Amino acid sequence: MPVDWETATRGPTITETASIQRETIQREFTDGATAIVRGALDAGCDFFAGYPITPASPILMMMLRDLPARGGVGMQGEDEIASIGMCIGAAMTGARVMTASAGPGLSLYSENIGMAIMGEVPIVIVDVQRLGPSTGAATTTAQGDVQFVRWGTAGGFPIIALAPSTVAECYTLTMKAFDLAERFRCPVFVMADKELALTMRSVDPSRYMPVDVRDRDVVDPADTNPPPEYRYDPPEDVVPIQLFGGSHPVRFTGSTHDQQAFITKKPSIVGALNDHLIRKITDHLDEISMVDADLDDAAETLLISYGVTAGSMREAVVAARAEGTRVSALTIHSLWPVPEPAIMSAAIGVSRVVVAELNPGLYTREIERVLPHVEILSIARTDGVLISPDQLHEVIK
Amino acid sequence: MSLELLPQPTLRTESDYPFCPGCGHGPVLDALNEALVNLELAPHEVVIVSDIGCSGLSDQYFTTSAFHGLHGRSITYATGIKLIRPDLTVVVIMGDGGTGIGGAHLLSAARRNIGITVLVLNNFNFGMTGGQHSTTTPEGFLTPTTPAGNLEHPLDICATVGVNGAAYSYRGTSFDDDLPDRIAEGITTAGFAILDVWDLCTAYFVRNNKFSRRQIDSTMEALGLESGVLYRNDRPEFASAYRKLAEGQHPGLRVKTVESAAPVLLDTRRHLVVAGSAGGRVRSAARLVSLAAMRSGWWSAQRDDYPITVKSGHSVSEVIISPDEIHYSGVDKPDVLVVVSDDGLGKSGPYLESMDSGGVVYAAAGLDLPRTEAKVVTVDPASAETRIPSASLALAMVASAIHHTGLVSFESFEATAGEGSFGDKNLELVAVGTSLATS
Repeated sequence: MPVDWETATRGPTITETASIQRETIQREFTDGATAIVRGALDAGCDFFAGYPITPASPILMMMLRDLPARGGVGMQGEDEIASIGMCIGAAMTGARVMTASAGPGLSLYSENIGMAIMGEVPIVIVDVQRLGPSTGAATTTAQGDVQFVRWGTAGGFPIIALAPSTVAECYTLTMKAFDLAERFRCPVFVMADKELALTMRSVDPSRYMPVDVRDRDVVDPADTNPPPEYRYDPPEDVVPIQLFGGSHPVRFTGSTHDQQAFITKKPSIVGALNDHLIRKITDHLDEISMVDADLDDAAETLLISYGVTAGSMREAVVAARAEGTRVSALTIHSLWPVPEPAIMSAAIGVSRVVVAELNPGLYTREIERVLPHVEILSIARTDGVLISPDQLHEVIK
Repeated sequence: MSLELLPQPTLRTESDYPFCPGCGHGPVLDALNEALVNLELAPHEVVIVSDIGCSGLSDQYFTTSAFHGLHGRSITYATGIKLIRPDLTVVVIMGDGGTGIGGAHLLSAARRNIGITVLVLNNFNFGMTGGQHSTTTPEGFLTPTTPAGNLEHPLDICATVGVNGAAYSYRGTSFDDDLPDRIAEGITTAGFAILDVWDLCTAYFVRNNKFSRRQIDSTMEALGLESGVLYRNDRPEFASAYRKLAEGQHPGLRVKTVESAAPVLLDTRRHLVVAGSAGGRVRSAARLVSLAAMRSGWWSAQRDDYPITVKSGHSVSEVIISPDEIHYSGVDKPDVLVVVSDDGLGKSGPYLESMDSGGVVYAAAGLDLPRTEAKVVTVDPASAETRIPSASLALAMVASAIHHTGLVSFESFEATAGEGSFGDKNLELVAVGTSLATS
């Protein structure tokens, strides 16, 4: 306890200048929403459409303020359905697109997420999670959408989801999301939450690690004899995209389709198409898998977390180690597809895994699936309050 | 000499339409083809965006670019395409079903006046799913979902978009000879154009209602609806207007850093909570503390809480200042709690409960504080030489608390408060705050 209340009414107690004058440091006072916007703009995002919703609205406002001056287009749609629809149309016409919402809006994205999967559209979707279900609490944080983004559209086909755990990671992983969207032509989610997006923090600007976002792999628009729009052989390959507005007509469809995007129900073609939609992602887990493994060979307990709760985990680990407790920690940055090899590797030698998350234990079930022979403890909170380092520290003592 | 017939230009594929005998969709699509040919548009210059239903099959019978999306959402995709490439001709083909489920998009596209052309193949029912009633089914007509007759009034598509800013709206039938010209007219209109084309669904609506070409006309008359070009609005097209408006705009986002100009030692993490009322500049007072901490070379975090009715009720800011990076932004136990008003007191219960004898509460005089183990310092705003406005009390009390506790360096706090356009005013308040009587 730093405050000397004995002198509290007498005058200043802290005026002592540091005896070792440190090098002057520059830090920014900002939040995750701003970092996400900056990441998107640095990734070359030139089209954004969204609908106001707490706590994602600051992203909408910043994108609509900044895009026109940069030659891009920012739209407030009449609803979330229109917003993601405009994004998909714009993406197929060459734009780098993003939308942002929270759980209730994600519900309205659902059908179009499926269409972006089916039509192989590169799109980044930011989910600033808030406490649900339903309207829930708009200004209360949660991590309740981690399974929703994975299973939130009909069919059960894979998507990619990244989860930043710091403001600087909001920047970096948003850029990474754009890169992965280009690489795999699919929806890529950035899973933030109210606390991460809106709480102001001092940030060391050198921590904004830029990502080299690849150019879109497109069929030459001048090509008058282009290959078919879609190809499924080999199934794991992602073919260059064909955009509207080139020198040849291009077809796009959300229905099961042949290589020329004509509707078909022929089982051999539909089977190949759907196998491709799965394997183009699952066969390339190594390109997507991102974790921060802080491991101790002698640890009995491995803590696993993601997003804002990973911050509490980091502080708990520091406190536990200061007491001599041997403990390991794994922050998962790529939630989907589940980075199974990284999780298995981090769990080698531990007798117990603790998974901390702000939902009813939603990602714990993935850990249980990956580590069927390890004791797993779920620290799950759904009362809108952050899991504190103390709460985790108690568990690993 | 031999006569060679030149092939007629067309944007149709060689496939026959898949529609039922007598269905009106084929003739309307032929009219669209004729319009596109007459406008001398090349296939790659046209994007046909098709909806869902029988009309949704249309794009496959054209050699143009095509986007076959979700039910009712075709206008949204078309809007995205047009916004990126205003030079493309974007034609939406949808049924009356699509105008119902996508009603919000129809309205918004009209209001924006986005330069797309919407062709509604309006046959008064859902032909692909069994003939169920739609938003355009006239009253009294029979469908499988209105077995005793439809009770709902049909949507007047043209008037709806027409009074909401659409550049062009036309109502006609699949039997109209001038349909190709009207479609071409819609396409060449710069803004949002809609053509509500009534036609026959021989599979269901004709069968269920003994409906005919003649009844299309009589129904229109009975509803008091006219045909022809009904509404024109001379408004700027959205995509062009947006680009024009964008010229001269400047990006607002920039990295603004705080320099650790006056480093001060800090041994451990500290927590401040300022609890007051909306409009009381609680957040900006707390922000000065956060920035002052950064000026001293520390890390800080600030979480603001206020009701969605931003100008009434409480406003609470939690500030953490720390010698090391902050990964957990919760404040479980404040070291200093500043209670500015009753609204703030109402939110202070958990803080007061968590605080022990090491904590200090700075409370405005007159507040009825519950028992707490923390040291309580009462600050009397009435002791100021001039009356402190309620919107300034938070800053004055925070200044008082910082001056007394040294939670952050007072010098850094003062230097931070003095920055910017409110600097002088802030410094006055800081001075007033430090002079307030405490007990």
